[in-house]
Order: sequence, then structure tokens, then C-alpha cells
Amino acid sequence: MTASADTFTLLCQLLEPFNTAKITLKPETDISGDLNIDSVSVMDFVMEVEDHFNIDIPLNVLSETRSIADLVKVVEDRLAKGGTQ
Amino acid sequence: MTDLLEKYKALAERHERMMSLGVNAVGLTNDRILSPTRAIIAGRETILAGTNNYMGITFEPDCIAAGQKALELYGTGTTGSRIANGSYAMHRELERELALFLRRRHCIMFTTGYQANLGMLAGLAGPKDTIYLDADSHSSIYDGCTLSGARLVRFRHNDASDLDKRLARAEDDGGRLVVLEGIYSMLGDRAPLADFVEVKKKHGFQLLVDEAHSFGVLGENGRGLADEAGLEDDVDFIVGTFSKSIGAIGGFGAGNHALFEMIRYASRPYMFTASPSPATVATSLAAVRKLKAEPERRKRLAQNSARLHNGFKALGLTLGCDQVSPVVAVNCPDEVSTIAMWNALLKAGVYVNIALPPGTPAKQCLLRCSVSAAHTFEEIDRIITLFGEVVAQGHYKQAV
Repeated sequence: MTASADTFTLLCQLLEPFNTAKITLKPETDISGDLNIDSVSVMDFVMEVEDHFNIDIPLNVLSETRSIADLVKVVEDRLAKGGTQ
Repeated sequence: MTDLLEKYKALAERHERMMSLGVNAVGLTNDRILSPTRAIIAGRETILAGTNNYMGITFEPDCIAAGQKALELYGTGTTGSRIANGSYAMHRELERELALFLRRRHCIMFTTGYQANLGMLAGLAGPKDTIYLDADSHSSIYDGCTLSGARLVRFRHNDASDLDKRLARAEDDGGRLVVLEGIYSMLGDRAPLADFVEVKKKHGFQLLVDEAHSFGVLGENGRGLADEAGLEDDVDFIVGTFSKSIGAIGGFGAGNHALFEMIRYASRPYMFTASPSPATVATSLAAVRKLKAEPERRKRLAQNSARLHNGFKALGLTLGCDQVSPVVAVNCPDEVSTIAMWNALLKAGVYVNIALPPGTPAKQCLLRCSVSAAHTFEEIDRIITLFGEVVAQGHYKQAV
């Protein structure tokens, strides 16, 4: 399994409590739109991601992060900058 | 062509659902205001317990007289910004009076409280800086942070150790601004300021406290949370509003920094809006002097807050926080029961705020009361009695 696939799997696990409609999560799933969760819930979810990976994901970055695949890239970029899992 | 308003269909459906459950809970009309604590709503005299009129100062004869005199002497409006049209002497006078009250060297007035946060945050931080904001911050703080262009890092509500962790892994070397609130508007809880000051000593940052709900309310001198905690020297910047304890509209930022006045020439929410109207400035000035001269208002507010808090606890209601605060939020189980309780309370003769997700922390459904120094004990007891009756009608189940 690639690092990106691992990150995707972990993000899906963290996203599960917010996935109240229980849709199938795919890389292209729009976190806010497809899961129908509000902006505050998205920020709360990202806080869980930050804690899990020990990284900061500034709110500014979130405005251009729509899909789970986008978030995988953000997490891996942040980890490459020095975060620890 | 994409219809720009199409995106509001879901919002319109939610609004329709709320309307079908009773009157418009977020668009209520006060037909007539009788006093700081009474109004005519839907033809009934109603106790107001959702106004943020903490000092009960909106009908003070000397404040009204000051506003009337300013209207006669200076007209109805300033018709422009202070940068373009100049200041009125009373703008400067109010800033001086506030600076003295707050024991700060500098004070800048803004046209609304919302703009005070926009103006201060965008004036202080820029794209090379990082703002650390509490997760439960007011929307005006989020919007001010966005306007600043700074890197924005959100930390867990009232959790100084979480801020500590985020500062420890901070990446850049620009300025760091941490933003807290004296009293958080939805649940009424205070920031644990001493804990955050410890983190400040460890990591170094500049600290701004928004005292919108605590200015006039907390502290021996009414200067807010920093006054109450004895930590005013550790707070670099204060933001406040005239729309609560001052009973008018407007806001301010204050601080001691030698370059503080430059915010006037760099902050767009200050530069590109009309300055506060003469009547507003005059009533605000009179109200600030009243806050200073009448500390008994603050004591009375604390008594009323404790009476409501304890009365609700005795009813078995789950409250937003354990601390006594002029914001007393009742946690309800879901949206439908919250609206039902709100309707029942209004019909019984008490107005409170309804607060629903996503505008609330942790998706809570709240009936939010704000206490006033002008409430009589009888009014506070009546509010408690009416909540008790609504609970007895079966609308309320304790939120878990």
C-alpha cells in the first residue's frame, strides 16, 4: 500500500463520525458538499486530522481543499515539512 | 447561467420548517420597547431576557438627553469616514474617556462592534503573520482573521495546552497574535486567562482579548476579564463594543503600543466606512461615564446572574457553563424541541435568544438568556417560573 493510500485510509477513518449519511468515501468525495456537513464541522474534522498527524493545517489552506484527495495532499505536504505521525 | 441564489434553497427549506413550527424565531419584531427589560411583542407585554443589555442603560435620561443635544448641535450623521471627512471633537473625547477607563494609552473607535474586530485584526496582522484563534470565536473574529490575510491556526476552545502544542510546532517566524474572548457569547464561559498567559510567557506572542460581553461586566473596575483576573499588563490589545454594556452601537480597540495609532491609517474597516453618528457617540460617552460612576450596576448584574443561574440549576436544566455569567444558556436536546420551548416561552411572556447549529459550539441547541442589571428580582423569578412551566409541559428533555 502506498503512503497516499495509507493517508487516505486514515482520513476516511477520521471522517467516519462526520459521515452521518454513511456514503461510500472515495478520493474524489467532496468533504463538505457530498457529506453535507457545515463549515464548522469541517474545521472540527480537520482538528482531528491535525491531532492525529501532529501537524497544523491553517484555515487558509482549507478554502482550497475540497475533496479527500486534496486533503491527502495537504497532509502529506505538511508531514514532509516536519510533522510526525 | 447559474442562478446565484440557487445555493440558498436548502437554507430556505430550513427557514420554512422553522416557520411552520411557530413564529419566526430569528426574525422577531418588537412592536414597542417599554424599558431595558420589557417590550410589546405580538400584542403582549414581554420580559426581555435576550438583549445583551447588561447594564440596563438604554433608557437612562442623561444618556438620552446627551443624544438629543448632539442631534441638535451636530446633526443626524457624519456623512463620511474620519480619514476623509475628519473627526468630530466628540469622537476624540469618547476615545480619550475610554482610554482613561481602560487604563490604556490609546483607543480607536469603530462604527460597529463587528467592525472593531475586523479593523483590529486586519490592522494588527498581515500575510506574514499567524493568528491563533479559539475554535469558539465569534464570527467577527473569524472574518477579521480572514480579512487580515494572516495564516490562521485554530486551537481547541479554552484549551491553553492545545495552543501550547500548536505554538511548539509553529513553522514561520512572522508575528504571532493569539485571540481570546472575555466571555464567550453562546455559552457564557470565560477564557482561562492565567493559563494562556503562562503559554504566552513560554512562547512569546501578542495577545488580544475581545471583551465584547465582559466590558463593563467583569472585574473590580468593569474593565473586563483581564481586570477580573488581575492580568491587564499581560494583555496587549482589547476589543470591545458599545452595543452591549454601553447600550448604543459602535466598538473600540485599545492598547499601549507606541505604534497603535497607525492602525487608523492601515485598517480598512476603520478607513473606508462612515464614522459613528453624533447621537451614538454622545450616548456612548454618557454611558461610559455612568459605568465608571455607578459600580452598583455591575454588582446588581452579578446578583441577577447568580439568581437566574441557580434558579435554572434548581429546575434541573443543563447549562452552557458552570460559572455564573450574565449569559445563561440552556442546553436543549434538538432543534424541534428548542423551537417548541422558545415558542412556549414567548407565548408565556419571556423573550430569550434561540441559537442553533452551526452557529453554536459542538452543535448544541441553546435557549440563550442574557441578564440585565435592570431586571428586578421579580422579573428574574418570573423567567425561572416560566421556564419551569415549559419544562413541565414536556418540551424539555435534559440534553446529554
